[in-house]
Amino acid sequence: MDRRIVESRITLPGKLLGKARRVSLSDVVVALAVMVMLYGIVRVGRGTAVSFAPETNRSIDTAVRNLPYYAARSLLRMFIALAASLVFSFVYAYAAARSRRAGKVLIPALDILQSVPILGFLSITVTGFIALFPGSLLGLEMASIFAIFTSQAWNMTFSFYHSLVTVPAELDELSKMLRLTRWQRFWRIDVPNGAIGLIWNGMMSMGGGWFFLVASEAITVSNKQYSLPGIGSFAGAAIADGDLVKVGWAILAMVVLVVGVNVLFWRPLVAWSELFRNEQSESASVTRSFVLDLLRRSHWPRALAALRCRMAVPLDAAMGRVFGTDDVVLETDEADRRLGDVVFWFVIGGLTAYGTWKLYSFVAHDEGPAVFWRPFWLGAVTFVRVIVLIVFATLIWVPIGAKIGLNPKAARIAQPLVQVLASFPANFLFPFATFIFIRTGLSLDIGGIVLMSLGAQWYILFNAIAGAMEIPSDLREAMEDLDVRGWQLWRRLIIPGVFPSYVTGGITASGGAWNASIVAETVTYGGVTLTATGLGAYIAAASETGDMRHVLAGVVVMSFYVVSINRFIWQPLFKVAQERYSL
Amino acid sequence: MATPVQGRTGEVFVVRTQNEPQDSAPLIRTVALRKTFDLPGGEKVVLDGIDLEVHEGEVLALLGKSGSGKSTLLRCIAGLLAPTTGHVEYRGERLTEANPGTSMVFQTFALLPWETVQQNVEIGLEARGITGAEASQRALRVIDMIGLDGFETAYPKELSGGMRQRVGFARALVTDPEVLLMDEPFSALDVLTAENLRGELLEIWSRDDIPIKSIVIVTHNIEEAVLLADRVIVLGSNPGRIREEIRINLDRPRDRRSRQFEFLVEGLYRTMTGRVSVDGETQEDLVPDETQQRTPGSHPLPVATVDGLSGLAEILERFAPCTLSDVADELGLQVGDFLPSAEALEMLGFATVDRGNISLTDSGRMFAGADIQMSKEIFAEEARQRAPLVGVIVNALQSTGKGSLPSGFFRDILRRSFGEADTEMQLDTAINWGRYGELFEFDASQENLRLESLA
Repeated sequence: MDRRIVESRITLPGKLLGKARRVSLSDVVVALAVMVMLYGIVRVGRGTAVSFAPETNRSIDTAVRNLPYYAARSLLRMFIALAASLVFSFVYAYAAARSRRAGKVLIPALDILQSVPILGFLSITVTGFIALFPGSLLGLEMASIFAIFTSQAWNMTFSFYHSLVTVPAELDELSKMLRLTRWQRFWRIDVPNGAIGLIWNGMMSMGGGWFFLVASEAITVSNKQYSLPGIGSFAGAAIADGDLVKVGWAILAMVVLVVGVNVLFWRPLVAWSELFRNEQSESASVTRSFVLDLLRRSHWPRALAALRCRMAVPLDAAMGRVFGTDDVVLETDEADRRLGDVVFWFVIGGLTAYGTWKLYSFVAHDEGPAVFWRPFWLGAVTFVRVIVLIVFATLIWVPIGAKIGLNPKAARIAQPLVQVLASFPANFLFPFATFIFIRTGLSLDIGGIVLMSLGAQWYILFNAIAGAMEIPSDLREAMEDLDVRGWQLWRRLIIPGVFPSYVTGGITASGGAWNASIVAETVTYGGVTLTATGLGAYIAAASETGDMRHVLAGVVVMSFYVVSINRFIWQPLFKVAQERYSL
Repeated sequence: MATPVQGRTGEVFVVRTQNEPQDSAPLIRTVALRKTFDLPGGEKVVLDGIDLEVHEGEVLALLGKSGSGKSTLLRCIAGLLAPTTGHVEYRGERLTEANPGTSMVFQTFALLPWETVQQNVEIGLEARGITGAEASQRALRVIDMIGLDGFETAYPKELSGGMRQRVGFARALVTDPEVLLMDEPFSALDVLTAENLRGELLEIWSRDDIPIKSIVIVTHNIEEAVLLADRVIVLGSNPGRIREEIRINLDRPRDRRSRQFEFLVEGLYRTMTGRVSVDGETQEDLVPDETQQRTPGSHPLPVATVDGLSGLAEILERFAPCTLSDVADELGLQVGDFLPSAEALEMLGFATVDRGNISLTDSGRMFAGADIQMSKEIFAEEARQRAPLVGVIVNALQSTGKGSLPSGFFRDILRRSFGEADTEMQLDTAINWGRYGELFEFDASQENLRLESLA
């Protein structure tokens, strides 16, 4: 759902998005299978819910001096989630790319997974994880990390899968000719080849992850409040107290975290990843990082390289034996293969059918299919909010972004700034907005749009800037030479030039807005709760009371909306962008 | 079966060697090899009935136009692609995985951009479990031999094209293969660099401290084949079959300007373009049967742009009838570089090629000399009549009421005879020709072709 895809050239799995695939039977099967998985987690959680104890729920001390410690705890969570996402993308993407059968299931599944609203899912996973680790904070900790993980993993996996299936043919042949072991190939060809995309997506995903960190550290499930020591729960406590000064401190700490991680971690990585650019000549503009320069000047890299070499040889040999050689199979048995296919699809189909039936009977219970009507109509209301948001954000930010992007100097300053803005968890700003809503008496039905846009709009701005930067300067000079200016210039050059990049931003923004609706359609500040009519509020209310049946119904419907919008609005636009307007 | 052929200067230098018994056991043998690809429009036969042997001590060139399946054949020999039927043997053993006795040099170098020259060379050794000091010693020896000294720690992107291909050579040589496979190794390089590297390849080949017993080189460049090879196998297109096998007994170094050299090049040109075999015999399956219809599949458009072919026509107009090699010399190019344009001129009836002499016809002279509107009209008329695909498109468009058809319609027709890439190339060429002749127009937004008069 939450696609933090910004640099279209690198990160967008064009092949996957670009092909407006017809909704095939396998898509439906997979979608159902994913829902079945969710249902499984709920069942695990529900079955053990009895043993729930309200223990371990330490309260958050909102003294400002505790903030650095809380921030560190939050940061740790973020990095654990990032590492988990990385490992997940390695395994999942590799399986999808290398196994013909697995790929047919895993890739559509990923498409659905990234459309599932993570926040709606949160109460379900919290219940599940607490049940897994009774009597300790570990369950909550895991649930929080899992929430962040789900906001990052799908994107990174898509990116890595895309780079795996687009490994240049000659490198693939090279590997087979040299008889590299699969292990060697993975680390010397596959991972370096996907490194730039992974790092970019990791950076963008982590930016998005802060939002889920904040949302998942303090949460109410089944009328019980849980909180983990962290910056999000600190802010949550401050909000509950109605203490805007402390919220301000939390925001400051958050800014330090976001900027710090960017400067100390991501920029050096991005600059370093230039090494992996599969271009046969040096590119003109190279990302620079003073941290990386500093590191390069030190002796650490050489020492580490020596250590790596010493470890790599035995590890290579051992893993080479485990995973085997990247060989070519010159003779295959057609009959065996077909039989395998039949068995595989039979098992998958059977499990999915059974699970779907169980899921349906759980959700429908005694209500029948009517259980989906209410979320469906509420979803339409939220959909209107998303549309209004996208239209306004487009009208405001595309012209501004394009103007910035056309001016290289402004773009250099603005781009990292907007990136930080996009990373900054918008839910931190909710109390201020809520405060204003309460004062002015503005209904959350309207105000909710503003809250949702606090996070989502930046993707449109960021991508408008990136798109305008990609317009070749000779085209602009030609237009100037022909005296094309004003509206005509926008119509003929700038809007078509920005369009492909804009679509990428639009997909991200719309997915983000749906997710945000779950926290934006119900807000509390200092004891006052505002609620809007919408699917987000429906899911939030159901999870607060522990009504898993309706949470699941809401999540299913919201996933349906997101998938349909992507399929029927964004993918066709993306196709047009790729075919007509790619520069 | 051997047919000695007398050159104009008297000596015997061309021998057809199909089925000629060889004294030593072959290193590599392909047996009734057939390769097909499944395409949306059905099955496409890329190679059919390929029986060839690679012997110790020879440089074998696989020569063919694009689409003749020569690179596919090389990959089958390397064990990177499975033949659909038939098989490949290495030293009498049937291949079940990548060929253990070969190493390949790639057209696009296939260097890992994230590794240094030395790491790129060592990777093949590491795959064989040779690491550490031994690996670097062996790598450095080859790096030194190939003239890459001092570049060990450079990254590929810091090197020129020629230096990159040297790294490709070094990587292929370091594992001591018996047979060196080369897939158009010089075609991504500029003319001078390519010539230089060809010389170095021959130098390496003549060394006796290298265990390479044979080289198989794939090329579309006739001169390159004659310059390097002891034996040339010409592959025809659609499906790729062995058309001709020619032994080249010229002494090395070979002189491009010698009579024999030119005679061979021109003979091979005729074979490649499908008229006569080198020994002057007309080959039945190669000469189009005029009673049969010329179809887009049987007579593919040469992939030449209108700019290219009219440029060549203008050059030919200035020169009297001359040989293709003369034109090549004049332009500082190689025959292969403008072969498609020459073929296009021939297809359109603007030029004739006879025994390697190319000259403009009357209509060709009119085409070259006319002003732009006039030459467009001449071009349009000839393209409709003589270029099957262009004719088919015009007729199809005229037969529809609204004079337009989706390009997918023609794509589907082409897919029956061509692969995906060739289909696109055929269609692009036809569109390029049709647009120039103002016969039809291509609307990219609608993916439609429509008659020009209605556009």
